[in-house]
Amino acid sequence: MQRADMLLQVRKLRIAFRVDKTSTFEALSGISFDVPAGATVALVGESGSGKSVSSLAVMGLLPAQTTIIDPASSIRFEGRELLGLPAPSRRALCGKEIAMIFQEPMSSLNPVFTVGFQIGEVLRRHMGMNRRAARSRTLALLEEVGIPDAAVKIDAYPGQMSGGQQQRVMIAMAIACEPKLLIADEPTTALDVTIQKQILQLIARLQRQRGMAVLFITHDLALVSEIAERVIVMRHGEVREEGAASQVLGAPRDAYTRALLQCRPTLDTRLLRLPVIDDYLAGASAPPLEQQVRGARAGDTPLLVVDKLSKIFWLRDGLMRKRAFEAVKDVSFTLARGTTLGVVGESGSGKTTMGLTLLRLHRATGGSAWFEGRDLLALSERDYQPYKRRIGIIFQNPYASLNPRFTVGQILLEPMRIHRIGANDSERVAMARALLARVGLPEAAFHRYPHEFSGGQRQRIAIARCLTMKPDILVCDESVSALDVSVQAQVLNLLQDLQDEYGMSYIFISHDLSVVKYISDQVMVMQAGRVVETADSDTLYRNPQHPYTRSLLAAIPKGGYGRENV
Amino acid sequence: MAWRRLLQDRIAVAALVLVAGFLLLVLLSWSGLVAGDWEQEVAVNYAPPTFVGADAAGRASAQAQLPRATPPNAFDPLADDIAQLKARLASSHAPREKQTTLPFGADKWGHDIVKKTIKGGQTSIVVGLAAALVAVTLGTLFGAVSGFFGGWVDDLFNWFYSVFTAIPSILMILAVAAVLQQKGVATIVLILGLTGWTGPFRLMRAEYIKHGAREYVMAADAIGASKLRRMFVHILPNVSHVALVQLSILAVGFIKAEVILSFLGFGVPVGTVSWGSMLNEAQNELILGKWWQMAAAAGAMAVLVTSFSLFTDALRDALDPKIK
Repeated sequence: MQRADMLLQVRKLRIAFRVDKTSTFEALSGISFDVPAGATVALVGESGSGKSVSSLAVMGLLPAQTTIIDPASSIRFEGRELLGLPAPSRRALCGKEIAMIFQEPMSSLNPVFTVGFQIGEVLRRHMGMNRRAARSRTLALLEEVGIPDAAVKIDAYPGQMSGGQQQRVMIAMAIACEPKLLIADEPTTALDVTIQKQILQLIARLQRQRGMAVLFITHDLALVSEIAERVIVMRHGEVREEGAASQVLGAPRDAYTRALLQCRPTLDTRLLRLPVIDDYLAGASAPPLEQQVRGARAGDTPLLVVDKLSKIFWLRDGLMRKRAFEAVKDVSFTLARGTTLGVVGESGSGKTTMGLTLLRLHRATGGSAWFEGRDLLALSERDYQPYKRRIGIIFQNPYASLNPRFTVGQILLEPMRIHRIGANDSERVAMARALLARVGLPEAAFHRYPHEFSGGQRQRIAIARCLTMKPDILVCDESVSALDVSVQAQVLNLLQDLQDEYGMSYIFISHDLSVVKYISDQVMVMQAGRVVETADSDTLYRNPQHPYTRSLLAAIPKGGYGRENV
Repeated sequence: MAWRRLLQDRIAVAALVLVAGFLLLVLLSWSGLVAGDWEQEVAVNYAPPTFVGADAAGRASAQAQLPRATPPNAFDPLADDIAQLKARLASSHAPREKQTTLPFGADKWGHDIVKKTIKGGQTSIVVGLAAALVAVTLGTLFGAVSGFFGGWVDDLFNWFYSVFTAIPSILMILAVAAVLQQKGVATIVLILGLTGWTGPFRLMRAEYIKHGAREYVMAADAIGASKLRRMFVHILPNVSHVALVQLSILAVGFIKAEVILSFLGFGVPVGTVSWGSMLNEAQNELILGKWWQMAAAAGAMAVLVTSFSLFTDALRDALDPKIK
């Protein structure tokens, strides 16, 4: 490609952050890439790869006090050097010529102004429009990004819109000044799959119609195939591979790219073990081929029988009235010993509430859960106490579910002390250390605090905490959703090993259908608090009965090679 | 662990030494080892500090006292008796030579300001710290229960809170004082503690509501931790910074509030000195240009308050394992 075609040229970009007075942390070690005019380039990498840092550097949004940009670095936009530009002209350029949309639409919009005002503000500031012109332009933009009833929604506050609509508003704001380059930083990560598909289609359509360039930042390689022409794979602040999407996804040259492509579970195969990045970096080239079979078998012994579980939240409506919100409605299922029940559904489908109600972290409104001949939901607080060690839970966010003031040792000892597991503390310490080793953490972890560990390691700590009680049932509430793809594979492998070893049953709650398909024997699909379909996982994915299941499956990015027509 | 981190912070150590020094002085003056004799009138009234130098006026007034004694009257029928009495007095205890200057000057009655400040500190520090401790403990306890349980428990405490804050604070103080019916340091501590818990209560309640729904607390519930354990072992260390900051703010406020109470007659009994009463006296002295009593009390207060709040800040950081 010719140099003149390049809208954005990044050369030898080297950025370090000051950690404290003496030490620095290098986030980018001299990366170079180009974004051609009117094309979509995807920047792919896991957390810590430096993909967001590069986009923020282009926008000039990095904190000036702590950032050290190497003097040899260069970022050219339409041939103009951005790094030496004085702040006011940089500011004028960013927002008008280069626009950005962020991951969390809810926190990127100001909650106390209407969306119409916020888009209008951009138009008045950058385009010098008057109030009336700005309003009619805003209306046109909202219609362009596909907001239904734009004439009404223009006066709505961000809180009155759904996540998908908010992201559309963000996109409308970004394209308001007709930028030549749109930077999209994980724009769909916080959204449900069906909404994600719509937003991707919207970005692709706008890109085509307006001929702008898009720099699409994501951790999900499968998404890339749907939107990008060129792909840049990053890791630890370096570019691992760069090329046309069809080449990078179809015939990756770099071992890391291959690993990223393979360690995510897919819908059509189920490997015995998911490959992890280290396998590939060590030289493995093809995934292992052993497949495993899942599904309910005739001889399974039922462990937990849930019948018509319901949970109603009372919302205040007006001054005195209350309105019932049925978060979970008549959910029934049977969980057999040593098997996994996958629960899928979009946000708001009640899957998490169902899990929490089952553990009595919410009080159930109705229904029963039979375990060893007793109804767990009807027991008194005191009678239920011994059952708390039989049912464990692993939460979604390993950063939030561990008490930051406890050492890992204290975290592991606490449940054993409460339930008097082990004869004395020295025996408990020995058990805790053994469990740390079992989940693959170093011995030294015992005296350290949770914040010293990465997300994947923390999730292992959470798993070890549950294992101290040797539970029969483990509820995994989106337990791998917050993790990087490669770490996700490791944790899924660990969960599988532990199930084989201890014969635990899992209730695996996730919005990620590929992961659920991989780990589950049976899958239950939930929508608006109700179960719409329950089936063996293979059957469900091969032959979905309910239209909602079908739409969910259709929305999954296929990760096919080459650009799909969206 | 937290202790070691605290000792690594140079400012924290300095603040800790200062606070410890103040507490030591309180202890010594309480036991009578230091400043027990502060009520001795050791100097001329308003003797200036040494570093200023005994001013001419002071010296003049010290000398002027002698000639002002009435000249001998030949017709005085009692002259002989008086001369006799004077001679006996002089022999029994010689009138001590009053000093014209002291390290930090003297007050109206010639009390040593340094000793007076130490003695006053005893009252003020005990009142400030103890009352702040009572208020923060009550506020934390009520806030924890109210925020954690919610529902009607929360309503009850909020109703209680509204009643307390609806009454004008002076009226509230008078009401508590009327109920207690006693004068003394313990009473002031109770008055301030019982009326000051509302601020920490509101903040702690909000923190408990926020943290009660956090996943780590849910996880503790799931492994069977009792409610008390969740409230005070899991949540409290995570919200302790709020209580610590409140403690330092309230301690300062209460040292000042003691002045007002003393003024209203509900404060320390007559004959007890506090920084508050010293500042009260300083109002009139300042017009005469005698600034040292005010400087001593205000300086001591400023040093204590600054070092105390630096210390609580450092304590908060040291207790947080995330900050290295």
